[in-house]
Amino acid sequence: MAGKTACGDAVRGAVWRRIGALNSMGTIVQFENVGLRYGMSAETLADVSFSLDGGGFYFLTGASGAGKTSLLKLLYLAQRPSRGVIRLFGEDVVTLPRKRLPGFRRRIGVVFQDFRLVPHLSAYDNIALPLRVAGMEESEVDAPVSEMLAWVGLADRANARPATLSGGEQQRVAIARAVIGRPEILIADEPTGNVDADMAHRLLTLFEALNKLGTTLVVATHDLPLIGRVPGAQMMRLDKGRLADPTGSLRYPPKRPEAS
Amino acid sequence: MKMATFRKQESATAARNRLLPEGRVAGPMPWVIAIMMFLTVLAAAGGLALNQGMRSLRTELSGRATVQIVEADAETRAQVVKKMVARLRATPGIHAARPVDPDRLADQLRPWLGAEMDTADLPIPALIDVEFAGEGPRPVETLAKLAKSIAPQARVEPHAAFLGPLSGLVATLAGVAALLVLLMAIATGAVVVLAARGAHESHRGTIDILHLMGATDVQIARLFQRRIALDALLGGGLGFVMAVLVILLVGQRLGATGSDLLRAAYLPGWGWGVLAALPVAGIALATLTARMTVLRALGRAL
Repeated sequence: MAGKTACGDAVRGAVWRRIGALNSMGTIVQFENVGLRYGMSAETLADVSFSLDGGGFYFLTGASGAGKTSLLKLLYLAQRPSRGVIRLFGEDVVTLPRKRLPGFRRRIGVVFQDFRLVPHLSAYDNIALPLRVAGMEESEVDAPVSEMLAWVGLADRANARPATLSGGEQQRVAIARAVIGRPEILIADEPTGNVDADMAHRLLTLFEALNKLGTTLVVATHDLPLIGRVPGAQMMRLDKGRLADPTGSLRYPPKRPEAS
Repeated sequence: MKMATFRKQESATAARNRLLPEGRVAGPMPWVIAIMMFLTVLAAAGGLALNQGMRSLRTELSGRATVQIVEADAETRAQVVKKMVARLRATPGIHAARPVDPDRLADQLRPWLGAEMDTADLPIPALIDVEFAGEGPRPVETLAKLAKSIAPQARVEPHAAFLGPLSGLVATLAGVAALLVLLMAIATGAVVVLAARGAHESHRGTIDILHLMGATDVQIARLFQRRIALDALLGGGLGFVMAVLVILLVGQRLGATGSDLLRAAYLPGWGWGVLAALPVAGIALATLTARMTVLRALGRAL
């Protein structure tokens, strides 16, 4: 037991050291004139340039079809751009060899709009997935997964398959899965799109807590009131595949939505 | 407490191995591999047994020859035989020379000439079985010269001469068996490629998730190769056992025929070793093929 506590302290210490390093790291994401084209169609993203600092909280907004999901795909390395340069953690990931991508992906957590839980695995096993993929010993998996299940309020649903979970529960599993590996960047695509206002508020609180722990957050949403609830958050707005602010500077603080 | 921990660990390990949905045995793969292995083992056993039979015959017959003495007068024939046998036995390179019993020859002719056949009226040629000493080239020419010096009408027939057509037939059949084994291996590989591609396509969603979480291609390929190895183990084991049962049954039936020629085609000890290696090779082939197929498919994605 004492050994376990010591091990836990060591892990926590390592996490805090990493967070400290992150906060002092400055820019961890940089896009330069990035364009993305699917096949022979017109560019979905064009001339996108911006940079994100470690430990920041960023909202990505824009109308449906503006290119938010495409930009996030570039960010979580599901897609390579058609042109431009993307630097993650100081390295050009556009020309990065395929075999080096997994190492970068393990530093990024993603909450997908449609959750993308593995349907034949329980909530427990879905949350444990990043740890197992990272090659963590089985004896070290149980404690963080149980802790995460309790954190998202699903301790009693550990053995439930995704199909038997409600939309909100699935989303919490997806969030737990995204953060359990202590990612340096957490990307969430429309996280409040499928939940009620109360759940959306709880999610935001959860994201803020993670951000305070040092995780950089990038949240795509078109829920403007949600953006206004996070003091200190910055916002990028996409319009027809281009950043609304062509200089690429981020608005800080975000404007509160006009009262209608 | 220990039991609970054990169960939890067992469940977690199983979960790690079940990142792809279960579907073993229920799917067609193990059964297809079982049929392939069954046919492969039978073809290999046939080829090995024929090869062994040919070797046995060659060893048995290539060291022998028959000296035939055609002489109408029975008394003269007997004298020539006696003289010939004595000379042959004294000749270096000849291990043994045995005259074939005339009664035995008559018995062999009786089915064609009738039971009332009188050997005194028939000038049946006398035969002498000659067994050469040692291995290596046989002194057939020397034997023929020697035989003709004693009896100019004597003819020497090396037994190996009979083996030519039979040897060709057996070599062809053994070649066909080897070809069948090769074709089965190729077919098994093709089936595994199709199965691996199908599995890769049907689990693309899960694979994408694993990729985005940082799983390497090798980690993902390992899931597929493990599953296909298990299918191959089940199918290969079943096919092998069924084939061995058939081989044992056929062997028993061949033994019951009483034919020396058929009984010569048996499976030697090392042949059983080769057969036992086939399922192992099959599992290795299936696993390797699955790994390469999945890695190639994964390589096309980002």
